Amino acid sequence: MEENSDARGAVGEYKAGWHDPENSTIRFDFGLSEEVVREISRLKNEPQWMTEIRVKAFKHFIQRPMPTWGNMSMLEEIDFDNICYFLRSSDSTKNDWDDVPDDIRNTFERLGIPEAEQKWLSGVSAQYESETVYHSIREDLERQGVIFLDMDSGLSEYPEIVKKWFCSVVPYSDNKFSALNTAVWSGGSFIYVPEGVHVEMPVQAYFRINAKNMGQFERTLIIADKGSSIHYVEGCTAPTYSTDSLHSAVVELIALPGSHIRYSTIQNWSSNVYNLVTKRGIAHEKAKIEWVDGNIGSKLTMKYPAVILKGEGSHAEVISVAYSGEGQHQDAGAKIHHLASNTTSKILSKSISKNGGRGSYRGMVTVSPKANNCKLNVVCDALILDEGSRSDTYPTMEVANPTARCEHEASVSKVSDEQLFYLMSRGHTEEESLAMIVNGFFEPFTRELPMEYAVELNQLMALEMEGSIG
Amino acid sequence: MNTQLVPLILRDNLRLPLLEIKDLHAGIDGNEILKGINLKIGPGEIHAIMGRNGSGKTTAANVIMGHPDFEVAEGDVILEGESLLEMESWERARKGVFLSFQYPQAVPGLQVGNFLRKSVASIRGEEEAKGAAFREKLTMAMESLDIPRTFMSRYVNDGFSGGEKKRFEILQMMLLSPRLAVLDETDSGLDIDGIRTVSEGVNAAIRGTDSGALIITHYSRILEHVQPDMVHVLLDGKIVSSGGPELATKLEERGYEWLKQE
Ligand SMILES: Nc1ncnc2c1ncn2[C@@H]1O[C@H](COP(=O)(O)OP(=O)(O)OP(=O)(O)O)[C@@H](O)[C@H]1O
Ligand SMILES: [Mg+2]
Repeated sequence: MEENSDARGAVGEYKAGWHDPENSTIRFDFGLSEEVVREISRLKNEPQWMTEIRVKAFKHFIQRPMPTWGNMSMLEEIDFDNICYFLRSSDSTKNDWDDVPDDIRNTFERLGIPEAEQKWLSGVSAQYESETVYHSIREDLERQGVIFLDMDSGLSEYPEIVKKWFCSVVPYSDNKFSALNTAVWSGGSFIYVPEGVHVEMPVQAYFRINAKNMGQFERTLIIADKGSSIHYVEGCTAPTYSTDSLHSAVVELIALPGSHIRYSTIQNWSSNVYNLVTKRGIAHEKAKIEWVDGNIGSKLTMKYPAVILKGEGSHAEVISVAYSGEGQHQDAGAKIHHLASNTTSKILSKSISKNGGRGSYRGMVTVSPKANNCKLNVVCDALILDEGSRSDTYPTMEVANPTARCEHEASVSKVSDEQLFYLMSRGHTEEESLAMIVNGFFEPFTRELPMEYAVELNQLMALEMEGSIG
Repeated sequence: MNTQLVPLILRDNLRLPLLEIKDLHAGIDGNEILKGINLKIGPGEIHAIMGRNGSGKTTAANVIMGHPDFEVAEGDVILEGESLLEMESWERARKGVFLSFQYPQAVPGLQVGNFLRKSVASIRGEEEAKGAAFREKLTMAMESLDIPRTFMSRYVNDGFSGGEKKRFEILQMMLLSPRLAVLDETDSGLDIDGIRTVSEGVNAAIRGTDSGALIITHYSRILEHVQPDMVHVLLDGKIVSSGGPELATKLEERGYEWLKQE
């Protein structure tokens, strides 16, 4: 199969689909064993306790069966023996773009990262294959005590903080892929925001897979101390190869009392990437966690950002969109657990399927018996663009306290010929008209993004609508 | 300067009507709805079409605009000497055809301001959709139609009242300055002031220019304001009678039955 005979080649050009020659300094053989896990830990000079967690997680991964939801036949196609679990492309993390190796810097320049950093970000982290190659944070934030490091540096510089929180939100035994991530994790972000500090502009992480059959397993830990706030944004792309890559991240958020964490993702992996991610946060008293989650790319995504509302008066929001084109399955949703009284949550899920793509919303909201006066609101909308495409919803609500107020709405719609004709009569081609309808459908999501991302997403969707009309 | 003189001379020299419909037969799924329509609209002229429910008025408007569901079996639709039939509706729009819809469609999430700018850009060109000149034109048009500024951030036709939708159609017409404006029952659902402001908008857009308009209506009120050059009566897919504005008054008094007898 040719590289660009890929599904998305037929839909529109995948902008980020080029690849650089692979110049790795350390590359592991394909396949996974306890030795590989220990070797990764040794290479990174990790403390003993981390090596032990990795090995325990590896053992769990081996015996843990595959999930029985999502897309089981696609999951069965993953060949764990044909994946490279660790690949080092640069000797160390740099904090000046000029020091980053040319080919890697070029990649990020093509993706517009250094430019965005200058204009409107508080900090940037760029991960290439397994490790973070560039990292920087604005000086004023550093002076206020904000820690923003790649996870490996976080572990070596702040081992006590990492030890305290690592696996506290997502235990390695949570699911097969959280176990895998814990065993072989590398890269990701470590953030600590001190009490009362507000990081006004977003910090961004960018993940890029370049090599074939690569596994990327970044690990992110964000701790917002009392009354602080932060907005973290992540983006990701990969070249389009004919063989699959695996991205399996774990993200843990800890929102201490009165703090606010917003975590925004625009996932635009190429359509040969499995994206199996566990994202979960714990919100303490009066804290607020928001997941803003956009899934445009990948072959199969299984991701259900979760919030545990542990403290009274805490609030959770999960706003997500998913686009599934030919050969793609987006199995996305949200999980929220109301453990304390007066907690509120809101889920808005929007999915579009086209050219035989499949979108599923899988949601779970629970209210524990002790949690009084909780408010839950779930809205899921699906837009199906053609006959062969599919959309399913699997909403679950388990409410064990009668004082809870629950609202649930779901809709499935199609683009009508009359809507298209109306827009076309205003001078817009059929593709442009379709893009207007699609972007309109995503608007409640897009307006939550920083302007630059909103524009990017709209362009991305316009590109997806190109060449789609026969 | 006498602006009216130029189009008159042009018209006389070229002898080209703005719009010519020739023996048009069209329908849907094999059912013929339009059964041989002939119509000529000259530059600067406003024509009206009246007719019973289901007689084919909206179908005619859709065929002029290029609705993909309708098939043309025979005849032609010609704008300034050029047949429209092979063109997609967006190409027709860029040639200057505008349709004010009987039932404008809602597009949730598409902001009015954004939509207007994009539409002006694709029909009039990028330059006209930019800068202070565009904003000023937009502000003036909105004021003249009594559309509040808050509409700019609302979604296209989403939750608009019946009359608001119609005003919004005319706002688009004013910004797009079409060569041919087809207004399909724009007056239905408008209040009395609305009919007057819309009529003023149509007069300003057509009279004294080389553009033209085709107004589809059931009522003579709008025609009192715009004073059409011709009124045509459509019955079962054919134009059965044409005349001056007095025909509209007569129809309103006597209905359509008498035309059938003749
Ligand atoms: N999409 C369609 N599918 C099937 N039949 C249609 C369609 N559109 C129009 N028709 C039929 O064609 C005929 C003419 O309809 P049209 O909408 O043109 O009437 P009209 O003159 O505009 O009526 P009104 O005054 O009620 O708006 C009607 O019998 C209608 O049912
Ligand atoms: Mg009609």
